[in-house]
Amino acid sequence: MAENIGHPMIRIPSSAKKGEIIEVRSLILHPMTTGLSKDKAGKIIPAHFIQTVEVTFNDKPLMNVDWSTAISANPFLAFKMRAEETGTLGIRWKDNKGGDWSTQAKITVS
Amino acid sequence: MSEKIKRRDFLHGAVTTAAIMATVGTGLVRPRLALADDVQGWPAKAFDAKILSEALKDTGIPANVPASSKVHLSVPTIAENGAAVPLRVDVDSPMTVDDYIETVYLFVDKNPLPLISQFNFTPANGKASMQERIKMAKSSSVRVVAKTNKGELLGAVKLVKVTVGGCG
Repeated sequence: MAENIGHPMIRIPSSAKKGEIIEVRSLILHPMTTGLSKDKAGKIIPAHFIQTVEVTFNDKPLMNVDWSTAISANPFLAFKMRAEETGTLGIRWKDNKGGDWSTQAKITVS
Repeated sequence: MSEKIKRRDFLHGAVTTAAIMATVGTGLVRPRLALADDVQGWPAKAFDAKILSEALKDTGIPANVPASSKVHLSVPTIAENGAAVPLRVDVDSPMTVDDYIETVYLFVDKNPLPLISQFNFTPANGKASMQERIKMAKSSSVRVVAKTNKGELLGAVKLVKVTVGGCG
């Protein structure tokens, strides 16, 4: 289980022009179970899913997302950001069982 | 003496275990998804709503949000695999401090839990745009509601036919 959960990844361009709108793409491994399905023995598989995604740039809040169990396993998330200054983009994912993962990516703005 | 300490540790451990088991026990009996472990600030009530009208009510959205040409919802017309339906939302907005898209709500009308996600943007996003993959139990309308910082609501709805449902 520990093998197939977490490992967050961010993809952004390494550099951008000031004011340019860039795309941020991210991925994290997570089962995202709904709590509505059963295993082979007929036992309900408990809900285990990422509930919040917090995005910061240079530690200032940029965006936050609330998710339900209906986000597909190994959630992919892409969004836009206006590149205004050189710095670090951070994304933090938290699930309903205390799971907490974060990763960062740097961008140089000229 | 060491014997006594061990005994005390053992008893303490036993009490703690019993307490944990009791907590887990009540957790399993509770019918709703939201438990004490929910991430702080996650809107459990809206996400636990089982029908669209309740999910809309819990997010403070009226049933009759007007469709807007500013809201672009891209979904497949036919989704072969309901476990991963790619989805993209773009909302036209200047995204300035005075005029920006604050929140984008996503609903799947016929899912067991209709509220799918809630995106809170800031002007620093530059564009109100998002892509994700969602689960769909069966063919259903997919509904987007965008809320501006002034409280204006803009909607878009598209029907997606699902060949194999993905909430199992």
